[in-house]
Amino acid sequence: MNEITKIETTLKDWETDQEVRWCPGCGDYAILKAVQRTMPMIGGSPANTVFVSGIGCSSRFPYYMETYGFHTIHGRAPAVATGVKLANPELDVWIITGDGDALSIGGNHTMHVLRRNLNCQIMLFNNEIYGLTKGQYSPTSREGTNSPSTPYGSVDHPASPCAFALGSGARFVARGIDINKNLPDVLMAAHAHQGAAFIEIFQNCIVYNKDVFEDFAAKKTAAATQLWLADGEPMLFEKGEKGIALDQDAMALKVVDVVDGDWEAAGVLRHDVTNRSVAHMLVELQFGEFPMPLGVIYDDPKPTFESAVVAQNEAIAANKKPDLQALVSKGQTWTVTEDGPDL
Amino acid sequence: MASAAQVSDEQAVDSVVVRFAGDSGDGMQLTGGQFTLSTALAGNDLATFPDFPAEIRAPQGTLFGVSAFQINFGSRAIHTAGDQPDVLVAMNPAALKVNVESLKPGGLIIADSGEFGKRNLDKAKYENNPLEDGSLAKWQLLAFDISALTLEAVKPFGLGNKEALRSKNMWTLGLALWMFDRDRQPIIDWLNSKFAKKPEIAEANIAALNAGHAYGETAELSGPVKQAALPAAPADPGLYRTVNGAEALSLGLVAGAQMADLPMFFGGYPITPASAILHHLSRLKEYGVTTFQAEDEIAAIASAIGASYAGTLGVTSSSGPGIALKGEAMGLAIMTELPLVIVNSQRGGPSTGLPTKTEQSDLYQAVYGRNGDAPMPVISARSPSDAFECAIEAVRIATQYMTPVMLLTDGYIANAAEPWLVPDMGDYTEFPVQHMTQAQEGGFKPYGRDEKLARPWVKPGTPELMHRIGGIEKGVDTGHIDYGSENHQVMTNIRRDKVLGVANSIGDQQVELGEAGGKLALIGWGSTYGPIHQAVNRCREKGMDVSHIHLRYIWPMPKNLAELLKSYDHVIVPEMNTGQLKTVLRDQYLVDAKPLNKVSGQPFTIAEIETAIAEALG
Repeated sequence: MNEITKIETTLKDWETDQEVRWCPGCGDYAILKAVQRTMPMIGGSPANTVFVSGIGCSSRFPYYMETYGFHTIHGRAPAVATGVKLANPELDVWIITGDGDALSIGGNHTMHVLRRNLNCQIMLFNNEIYGLTKGQYSPTSREGTNSPSTPYGSVDHPASPCAFALGSGARFVARGIDINKNLPDVLMAAHAHQGAAFIEIFQNCIVYNKDVFEDFAAKKTAAATQLWLADGEPMLFEKGEKGIALDQDAMALKVVDVVDGDWEAAGVLRHDVTNRSVAHMLVELQFGEFPMPLGVIYDDPKPTFESAVVAQNEAIAANKKPDLQALVSKGQTWTVTEDGPDL
Repeated sequence: MASAAQVSDEQAVDSVVVRFAGDSGDGMQLTGGQFTLSTALAGNDLATFPDFPAEIRAPQGTLFGVSAFQINFGSRAIHTAGDQPDVLVAMNPAALKVNVESLKPGGLIIADSGEFGKRNLDKAKYENNPLEDGSLAKWQLLAFDISALTLEAVKPFGLGNKEALRSKNMWTLGLALWMFDRDRQPIIDWLNSKFAKKPEIAEANIAALNAGHAYGETAELSGPVKQAALPAAPADPGLYRTVNGAEALSLGLVAGAQMADLPMFFGGYPITPASAILHHLSRLKEYGVTTFQAEDEIAAIASAIGASYAGTLGVTSSSGPGIALKGEAMGLAIMTELPLVIVNSQRGGPSTGLPTKTEQSDLYQAVYGRNGDAPMPVISARSPSDAFECAIEAVRIATQYMTPVMLLTDGYIANAAEPWLVPDMGDYTEFPVQHMTQAQEGGFKPYGRDEKLARPWVKPGTPELMHRIGGIEKGVDTGHIDYGSENHQVMTNIRRDKVLGVANSIGDQQVELGEAGGKLALIGWGSTYGPIHQAVNRCREKGMDVSHIHLRYIWPMPKNLAELLKSYDHVIVPEMNTGQLKTVLRDQYLVDAKPLNKVSGQPFTIAEIETAIAEALG
């Protein structure tokens, strides 16, 4: 339902006249450009598009998109977006959130918007830190993170955004990197998915958590550290010399060597975006022992929330004629005349 | 007022208070509800007060598991559920113990002696059987084995013992219908439709109902029980029905949305006593109502704000603790200047407080309870039928002024029933909303203003009018982020003046009873209307100079209120809190308003207010 008619636009049509106020060098700039590049490619209509955000650095995003935009309150963007979409299912709704906004203060709403399968795109900018409040550790910060609120290192275990999303019932889960040229492809796939599309974007906070993803985000080592997934394609990395296979005994994934390009002989799995079991394994892979899975991890649509609500509303209302006077006069009634009750 | 027990055919009685009390599983609310219906159909005016425990099924026979339903009905206008019952129906020892002290001296007790065995007496902490030890001497007592009589009546239907005893409440209802000469047919019709799929259950209940009725008519009841027929109360001509506050409020919201020419979106989260509004609205889809049971209170209001942003009428509802959770989002609706109706069905607080008991202690929360200078119109319903009018008014203010509006009701109004003169929907003035579809002259200003200081309402999807809103301070006209100190002053003033301007559309405050000016005024709000009105009425009949003023508009208040209050020597503010409206009145008008407070979870009695009037004028 997202595209009624495709509109011809250019990147410029999606820029506002507002001065962008993120720190120079922030990964958010790259994501903004990637989105503005994506919108013409999907044939989006600025008037029909709504960006809804919560609170945090990422949540300033709507001010910079020449669309309708609602910068709401901390953690509540999915709930506001649910009202927007139920009120007008024709709108193309994008939720912009961060690791604290989506998984800490707004964790409940993130879970339920995914479970209900509202047709929208949810972009979670993960920088593993609270940027706007000046550098406290976040629910995705790794154990031992030093921050103003954890001067001796954080002791709690981080949440995994994609595992959280799948566990909440998401039907589309993908990953991207702020500066990666593939980001528009991931966003287009998310937009094409009918239902809640969850995208974790690794975003570099150059002030409070600089290069925290450098291990896998750095271009020069990307071949060995990034596993780009494509539906129907073998799960290969390191220029095809390594792949991901199933360790049948451990019921877990493992890295195997591929000799002479014969990935089938090595037992490398072919990526199937509708395989939920493998998706669960992919989002749980520990980086280091494994490369970082990127791209579309899971994509298996099912009916959307708003379409079910609208269908039920219409089915129940069909053949019923709204009559306010009849409605207020319902139940057992009696009439009083000038001479008293007429019983 | 004579007690029913003393009534003979010649004696005049103009109203009677009956309380049905039993175990929370005994069906007392059902009995009371059906008695209410038959009373309304007899043309009596009435008021009810359901009083039930928070536990769904409290342990049987215990004192805290007692559920009661009180009805006051009569041939004159009835404003309260009555102070003291004339008749108490006690289905077990616990029900007797909890309720008997409020029975009028000389009043009638009808007790099911079959339930007064040792076990139940122990549970109710009675050492001796009160039906036998003379401790009830100041009342009239009728004790008979309702359990056994019911079992006998339903014997032909072959029900199990437990199932058969469920009809006890209908037996009791039958007796009550006989006592007050009420028609059984509406109850029989209702039973037949309720148990359409289990005709044997319907038959058993009808048999029990008839048996109770026949018992009163033919059995060897000497003494107190006499048939007491109350003539119909004088009422304006028209079509009537009974309605409770939750239903009337739901209907009012639907009517308001239709008058605004908008679909309605209702975001709610279950909470006592507000859930009934969600239940009612979820069945009205053909009126353009979408209901959404959200994951929590915050999502309930946030989704309603999203729906308003998208151009429909957003509504949310809760009770005190849930309203507290919604506070931050209310600020967002104030900042983004979106229409929104927030219904608060108040209950006893703080915290979880008394979920099923009534209180008016959220006035501060409604008027002041947000961060920042966050003005919001607040209105309050005085009765179930008034909730209909107030809901329409809340929608009007929200959509005309582009602001969230808080509508206060309470647990008493939500649950209580009263006869309702069905309104003629043609009598209302509609207020259709015009969403902006074209920029103002000189270019689009998302925060431009009309003469009421309302900003334009633009639906996403409208070509050429794309704009961004949010919780950060807005620049005048443009709506762009603006942290400027001068801008914040200007915008804060605009938000204040816009809400104060609502007073231009609400007319003058009227005096309900008595004159404008005099020795004493009682000024109330919400569900205290009934007892205040009755008390003032009685005192005026005794020649006292006292008037009754009742506020619908809590914020902003009517423009003439300052002058009106200053025209009395004394002002008393009765409220079911520790003095919240009193504080606001003192602050706004520098009047020496005196508090009269009660926070027992029960409504004021008329006598309590009469005493306060007498003391003030003494």
